[in-house]
Amino acid sequence: MIAALIGLPLVGATVLLLGGRRTNAWGHFLAVAMSAGSFLLGAFLFIQMVGKSEEEREVGQHLFDWIAVGAFQIPFGLHLDQLSIVFVLLITGVGTLIHIYSIGYMEHDPNRRRFFAYLNLFVAAMLLLVLADNYFLLYVGWEGVGLASYLLISFYQQKPSAATAGKKAFIVNRVGDVGLSLAIILMFVTFGTVTFEGVNAAAESGSPSTITWIGLALLLAACGKSAQFPLQSWLLDAMEGPTPVSALIHAATMVTAGVYLIVRAHAIFDLSETARTAVVIVGAITLLLGAFIGTAKDDIKKGLAGSTMSQIGYMVLAAGLGPVGYVFAIFHLLTHGMFKAGLFLGAGSVMHGMHDDVNMRHYGALRIMMKITYATFGLGFLAIIGVPPFAGFWSKDEIIYVAFSQSLIIGLATLLGAGVTAFYMTRMMAMTFFGEARWEDDVHPHESPAVMTIPMIVLALGSVFGGMAMLFVGDIEHWLEPVTGFAKPEHSVSHSVLIPITLAVVLGGALFAWLRYGRRPVPVVAPTDVRFLTRAARADAYGDALNEAAFMRPGQYLTRSLTWFDSKAIDGLVSGLAASIGGLSARAQRLQNGYARSYAVTMLGGAVLIALILLLVRL
Amino acid sequence: MLLTTLMLIPLVGSIVVFLLPAAKATLAKQIALGFALATLVGSVLMVLGLDNSSGGLQHVESYDWIPAFGISWTLGVNGISASLIVMSAILVPIAIIAGWWDAENASQGSVKGYFSLILVLEVFIIGVFAANDLFLFYVFFEAMLFPIYFLIGRFGGPQRAYAAMKFLLYSLVGGLFMLAALIGLYVVSSRQLGQGTFDFQTLTTLNIDPATQKMLFLGFFFAFAVKAPMVPFHTWLPDAAAEATPATSTLLVGVLDKVGTFAMLHFLLPIFPEASKFYAPAIITLAVISIFYGALLAIGQTDVMRLVAFTSISHFGFIVLGIFVMTSQGLSGSSFYMVNHGFSTGALFLVMGYLVSRRGSKRIADFGGVQKVAPILAGVFLLSGLSGLALPGMSTFVSEFLVLTGAYAVNPTAAIIATFGIVLAAVYILWLYQRMMTGVPSKEVEESITEISRRELVAVAPLIAIIIALGFVPQVALNVINPAVEQVQTYVGVTDPEATVVIEGSGS
Repeated sequence: MIAALIGLPLVGATVLLLGGRRTNAWGHFLAVAMSAGSFLLGAFLFIQMVGKSEEEREVGQHLFDWIAVGAFQIPFGLHLDQLSIVFVLLITGVGTLIHIYSIGYMEHDPNRRRFFAYLNLFVAAMLLLVLADNYFLLYVGWEGVGLASYLLISFYQQKPSAATAGKKAFIVNRVGDVGLSLAIILMFVTFGTVTFEGVNAAAESGSPSTITWIGLALLLAACGKSAQFPLQSWLLDAMEGPTPVSALIHAATMVTAGVYLIVRAHAIFDLSETARTAVVIVGAITLLLGAFIGTAKDDIKKGLAGSTMSQIGYMVLAAGLGPVGYVFAIFHLLTHGMFKAGLFLGAGSVMHGMHDDVNMRHYGALRIMMKITYATFGLGFLAIIGVPPFAGFWSKDEIIYVAFSQSLIIGLATLLGAGVTAFYMTRMMAMTFFGEARWEDDVHPHESPAVMTIPMIVLALGSVFGGMAMLFVGDIEHWLEPVTGFAKPEHSVSHSVLIPITLAVVLGGALFAWLRYGRRPVPVVAPTDVRFLTRAARADAYGDALNEAAFMRPGQYLTRSLTWFDSKAIDGLVSGLAASIGGLSARAQRLQNGYARSYAVTMLGGAVLIALILLLVRL
Repeated sequence: MLLTTLMLIPLVGSIVVFLLPAAKATLAKQIALGFALATLVGSVLMVLGLDNSSGGLQHVESYDWIPAFGISWTLGVNGISASLIVMSAILVPIAIIAGWWDAENASQGSVKGYFSLILVLEVFIIGVFAANDLFLFYVFFEAMLFPIYFLIGRFGGPQRAYAAMKFLLYSLVGGLFMLAALIGLYVVSSRQLGQGTFDFQTLTTLNIDPATQKMLFLGFFFAFAVKAPMVPFHTWLPDAAAEATPATSTLLVGVLDKVGTFAMLHFLLPIFPEASKFYAPAIITLAVISIFYGALLAIGQTDVMRLVAFTSISHFGFIVLGIFVMTSQGLSGSSFYMVNHGFSTGALFLVMGYLVSRRGSKRIADFGGVQKVAPILAGVFLLSGLSGLALPGMSTFVSEFLVLTGAYAVNPTAAIIATFGIVLAAVYILWLYQRMMTGVPSKEVEESITEISRRELVAVAPLIAIIIALGFVPQVALNVINPAVEQVQTYVGVTDPEATVVIEGSGS
């Protein structure tokens, strides 16, 4: 049953990729059906799980023995528990909505079949990632989603910027993969096993320093996949992909895999204060950095990408707080999956009506032409900035609350982040939907077809009710507790104090943005006489400049000099040696006249040498 | 008799093909393919007949050859050599199909000669993996050079004469060192046993003093390091691979180079255990250097065939690393790596060959936008490339990870450094893909590049299918390889390090 969850979309991808043009006409329907089938199955398994008592909820499915070399024994096994099932529902639920939306969005694309094949491949890989029962199999899903992400970012392959962005995403993720590889190797060398069960059971017997190193290696992996500092730079470029991809992979699901990894490996992080602190610092830096970048972007998708980085920063930070934070990291991941996917689909709907223009300075007043998009985007906006009772309020508030319980500085960072979030999201709302119309005469903004707006409406409903449903009906803390552990923070600022403060900060950020962008006209061309901070935010806080200076240019220099060294020094030395003995080039010249003769000479020379050595050894 | 018979099939095939009239080119190809497929069937039967409960030599046959010098025709296989023979037997018919039109325009050499040479090569390939008399091994080791020499020298590109001669000289020099060491080993055996022998299994029982071991070891190792090739003995490979036809490059890099690493594992470790342990740290260092040197050089290439050749130098670094850490994961990983690398590099060379033959240029800069005009060809390119960067889910990942895991337990520093090699692998493959496949196609590309043909697809598709299948069921190969690896560990006298923490029942 669990394998079928993965199997359905995998079959879809395979049929579409191998079937070729024959499947062009109906391929996208097959892809939607496979994703939806997986969702229905997931929902069935979820209902089944709810009906069981807490101890019986975890089920495994051992498919076969995958690798066995000496003590290195890896099962090909799946495992469904309270944590993986919520991911299954998120991936297949949001995934199916985005499949449906893409029917409209990709309607005129000549490569539509390939697009849907990759989407199905992504869903299959992502499900494998969250259903694997050991770290090694998780790695296959981990890289599978990376592959799908690579293929979809560079989907418009004729555009050099898209091809470069895809490659960059993959390579940066490979740096993260070094972390995952080393973590798995360390687990095997230390515990003799890499299954979740085995590692969880043995973790306490590991030496503290080893545990810390495993935690740090896992953090490196998470930084790559989840675009956390210092491996964040690929995510903004990843917006080159079609917008449904940005919604599904680069907002709702794949980029949150790092959070899943950390929570899944809680047994490691529970034991290492140092590793947890590193996680919190990474999360705090990224949440501020992403929000900061979001404040100055005119490209609506890049603004949302900065926001994604920032929101995942919240999740990573919460996961780094340990048992008090794991469940809220996942809670925020789920609400974010709904509202951010909705926001991205809304952005896609706007682009659809604006000739694929992404520059918000060319928008304005779109609330009149795109009523549904405006309404759904607006609900997502209220959710992300954390207005009660929308989804983001509940999950973000819990993270801020827990952060204050652990450290004042971290708490203030999350609070500041909430203010900046309100600023950049209000700016986005104002520039897109309010103010005066700034588009050219030949652009005719219009609402998207129902196949696109219905998924947006569903996600907007999730943005409104999702948080309350999970918190009050689903009791998310206690649902996840058997898997992740859960502890109430001992002392913190009380909710009744914190909520008003948070709301005041949010309101302040929103008001500030409204005064700057809602009340004043927005220039169609971005002003250039701006302060250093704006320039820095526009340049993605110089992340790329740093990468280029630290890695790319030295790497290019090293490659060039080694290439020179190889052909001139090493090869030159040997050739020179040969030339001085008998003349390699001369022999090669002779060869052109008659192979047999030159060859015989060579052989004779060889034979003489052999005879010499024979004599030497005999003596 | 089984292994001798297995060698006879391609031998008979090559003679039949050679005796055909020159005009019957198509028939020559068909007959060559038929014999290659028959050899494949034979080798599969051979591996199925192995008893996987034992790691010793099987299908052993031994006949006196030159009794005066203790030289015998001794053939036998264990799981490692058997799987390499099967891998080669798969690659040969694929090379024949892919190279169907390679020889048509050769300035020297006939069509039938080309396919006859490929079959001769296969005879020696089987021989070199099955030989368990070291002199016989040496004979095959050297004899293999000649068909390759002619395949490059007669059917290769414009610089073929230079490349073929360079290849031959490098190999001959390496071979001389091996011969000297071989004779030294013979002398030692005659001193200890009263009568000299080249028999592998007898030689493993010798008790050679460490100083002699080290000298003899170096002689053999030099020959094998040139063959593999390892940095800094590698510069013949890019030239040879760039000038050879893609089918020849597939066999040269996919199979012949494995003889070097195979011999390190199969002969050096068991016969010279003390010297192997003594030199292991130095060789591991060299292996890690090879990984990075090969990868960086691959990134720096402007010629696509040379690029693939350099990726192999990087991969051979991984293989040698796994061998000299001497853990079961390292040794099994390396053995499996050799098999996978044959398929993966074979696929890469073939796809590059398809592109180069269309465009008439090996310069990467002459391509671009191929994905638009030939999407299936681009897809096959990408899959082959992903196997080259050891994407999880493919067989190459399993072997590479086993090597790294096996290395960590013994030499953490080397393992950690080597792990960073996976980043460079992504750079050289994906940048190559970007430069050749993406972007807007130029006029020349649009005119010259056509979609992959049915014949070309038939040649390369099985390789990709095998790589993906073995990624999910690697035990098919590992079950055959593992017992042989245990035997090697017994010869060397090493065992795997224990896990730091052992929890009851957590291993399974």
